[in-house]
Amino acid sequence: MRIDLNGTTFTVVAQSLAEMLIELGFDGGTIATAVNGIFVPAAARAGTRLHAGDRIEVLAPMQGG
Amino acid sequence: MRLYDIEVASRLLLGTAQYPSPKILTEAIAASGCGVVTASLRREGPGSGAATGGAGFWSLLKASGARMLPNTAGCHSACEAVTTAHMAREVFGTSWIKLEVIGNADTLQPDPFALVEAARILCSEGFEVFPYTTEDLIVAERLLEAGCQVLMPWGAPIGSGRGLRHVDALASMRGHFPGVPLIIDAGIGAPSQAAQAMEMGFDAVLLNTAVARAGDPVAMARAFGKAVDAGRTAFEAGLMPPRDMAVPSTPILGMADLGLGGPA
Repeated sequence: MRIDLNGTTFTVVAQSLAEMLIELGFDGGTIATAVNGIFVPAAARAGTRLHAGDRIEVLAPMQGG
Repeated sequence: MRLYDIEVASRLLLGTAQYPSPKILTEAIAASGCGVVTASLRREGPGSGAATGGAGFWSLLKASGARMLPNTAGCHSACEAVTTAHMAREVFGTSWIKLEVIGNADTLQPDPFALVEAARILCSEGFEVFPYTTEDLIVAERLLEAGCQVLMPWGAPIGSGRGLRHVDALASMRGHFPGVPLIIDAGIGAPSQAAQAMEMGFDAVLLNTAVARAGDPVAMARAFGKAVDAGRTAFEAGLMPPRDMAVPSTPILGMADLGLGGPA
């Protein structure tokens, strides 16, 4: 399935957001997630099914003013 | 200074962007004496684990001991800012949020309509909102009605280093909201400008570029810490009222009459 992750297209076998994070090597990081513009809390990632074309944002703490 | 029932010792809040290195950032935070630092959320690349990417920066910030104020920098709509705030609350573990909703990409000035809309949503969801706003009094009223207990008017456009561009309007704002913590956010370029804001009775200043882009950021951080302290102490001491004409500070009474001429 092709999904859009942080503006880049990826092809993944994962069916859920949690599986996708593991598949793409995000596990263990300090991250927050959103799917199609809606925040998905960490506890809801396993239960969030992905669909082809989903826009996924994975954000992490960064420098800011 | 109390911000949302949290006692904050320092009246200087420091941004964490644009430093030459993580080491200099760490030293600058310590040298400034600041109690609150701002941070953001940005896209993380695939393959980043616990020890890389944002996680490393996050460890550095936690080790600084400063309280975290995540921002919604770069958001141009209320929806975008609200979603970013939700993500920040989970990652940073705080309900504090510096709410930025930018209305123009060139001036980076706040969009007051979207700002109030986002503030209303976030306050109703239990966020403790620090809105980046202008000195407009009606916008400020609306933000307070929305539930904000702190306001952060700009001094000048973000990153411009121009100091307080609208001193009279900022003085009006200070006078109009005597009990509301007001933090000058953005545009401060020199310690003297920070001191000026504090002398006017603002509760604190938030700055980033002036320290990060200084020749010696650590020394500049120290200078800002001293300027903020000096300005606050001066405000509490009570500044003399300005006069239009000269008034001699040395007493005239008892002055010698040497009879050597000169205008009377």
